[in-house]
Amino acid sequence: MTLFGYRVPMMASLLAWCVIWEIVGQAGVSFLVPPLSDVLVAAFSLVQTGSWQAAALTTLNSFLIGMALAIVAGVVIGVLMGRSTLADNLLGIWVNIFVSAPLSALVPVLMILFGMGETTVVVTVFLFAVWIIVLDTRAGIQAVPRSLEEMGRSYGAGGLRLYSKIILLAALPEILAGIRLGMVRGVKGVVIGQLLVSIIGYGELFELYSRNFDMENFWALTIILFAAAMGLSALIENIEKRVEYYAGVR
Amino acid sequence: MRNITAAASAAATVPSPDAAVEVRGICKMYAEMEALRSIDLDFPAGKLTTLLGPSGCGKTTLLKIIAGLIPATSGEVRVNGKPVTGPGPERAFVFQDFALMPWATVMRNVAFGLELKGVGKDERQAVAQKYIAEVGLSGFENKYPHELSGGMRQRVGLARAFAVNADVLLLDEPFSAVDEQNRRKFQEDLLRLVDLEKKTFIFVTHSIEEAVYCSDRIVILSRRPGRVAQIIEPEIDRTASPDAIRRDQGYLDTVEEIWQGLKRYVD
Repeated sequence: MTLFGYRVPMMASLLAWCVIWEIVGQAGVSFLVPPLSDVLVAAFSLVQTGSWQAAALTTLNSFLIGMALAIVAGVVIGVLMGRSTLADNLLGIWVNIFVSAPLSALVPVLMILFGMGETTVVVTVFLFAVWIIVLDTRAGIQAVPRSLEEMGRSYGAGGLRLYSKIILLAALPEILAGIRLGMVRGVKGVVIGQLLVSIIGYGELFELYSRNFDMENFWALTIILFAAAMGLSALIENIEKRVEYYAGVR
Repeated sequence: MRNITAAASAAATVPSPDAAVEVRGICKMYAEMEALRSIDLDFPAGKLTTLLGPSGCGKTTLLKIIAGLIPATSGEVRVNGKPVTGPGPERAFVFQDFALMPWATVMRNVAFGLELKGVGKDERQAVAQKYIAEVGLSGFENKYPHELSGGMRQRVGLARAFAVNADVLLLDEPFSAVDEQNRRKFQEDLLRLVDLEKKTFIFVTHSIEEAVYCSDRIVILSRRPGRVAQIIEPEIDRTASPDAIRRDQGYLDTVEEIWQGLKRYVD
């Protein structure tokens, strides 16, 4: 972007919004918006507290387990649906319902099924993330050119080797896109799960700070979470870029 | 030029001893559509035989049945006397759209058939290196397919087929996605490799000139359902230079004769 003939660096808009936040905060418009500088100071001391570290660990733990399960199940179901019309017809309707359903509404039911602890949060992460991975994997598998598969078969790749050496690799760009989108949804899942269960991890801290109108800490928590989610997404995007050229030449 | 259509149908009942691939009574139905009707053919060993015909005559289907990639509805294919039940190491396929793995280098693509056979890394790379040089791609071993032109990609496909040392090479319109000038060069190189490698080639094309230029024997298939309409042996002196062949009277007459035969199938 250029402004008055000068090239504006990429992160400049973010900086501009930070300045606006600081001004609004200093002006004391609302106690809901403390100055950004105060929030950053709060964030700095927050990460040093034992309660934040414990909450972050619990949250990360639930998130990673839920995501790992979602990736495994999502890719397996996606491959099944991409390869078999029967599986596609049987499962397609459910995947399409769940991918757009407001899953937060299901969390109370999950609490009854899985209790008030981490299991519920793991299941929530799984349910938030898995469907988009299924859909993207399925699309990737269906985009694998027939001739590439025939090539594998004619040079002696049968059964599992056809999948490990040809099909999964050929579908990798879409599978990675699915995992990236799944991760973003998984972050929502872990926070919503913990908020509704409301006695563990990040959700507990959110609940604590918002109930006490401790806005500096509340915003600090939010910013750390957003940064983590964006960092994860950027990481996958980085891997995606390396395989991006596939799609054009497959 | 020799028209051996009648002789071929007689030979169908008595298998000729030098046939690398024998096709007996192959029929193929796709749901209600009849693609191939009782095809009987012998493909002589060490020769290049072309399957030529109008689009939709089932020539690629026949080639894939010989490759074992799709099953025939009835009939039998034998390669070196053994019935075909699926793909096998004695046959190698060259694909119309190259079918290269975009995530692998030229080296790994060429060595892929050997990798699947479990050949060790050093050994398979040495073999691949030899064929990469033979198709004229030395220096491109570590490039990826998207860094190559269409003609070069198909050279990779060809090297991959040679590297597995199969007896029979099946080429499905290998030059149709290559531009005209590269195609001519490619055809000349192919003839050199046919001479060098002493393998049996089965070649599918829709270009009459290409068929006459490259083939020892041309099988012309009729429009759907595909049947053997005519078999021609061009008998062109291949010791002459490529440019002399393209101006040879026998070459031009054969092209004309095939065109007259095929004209009725064109809409």
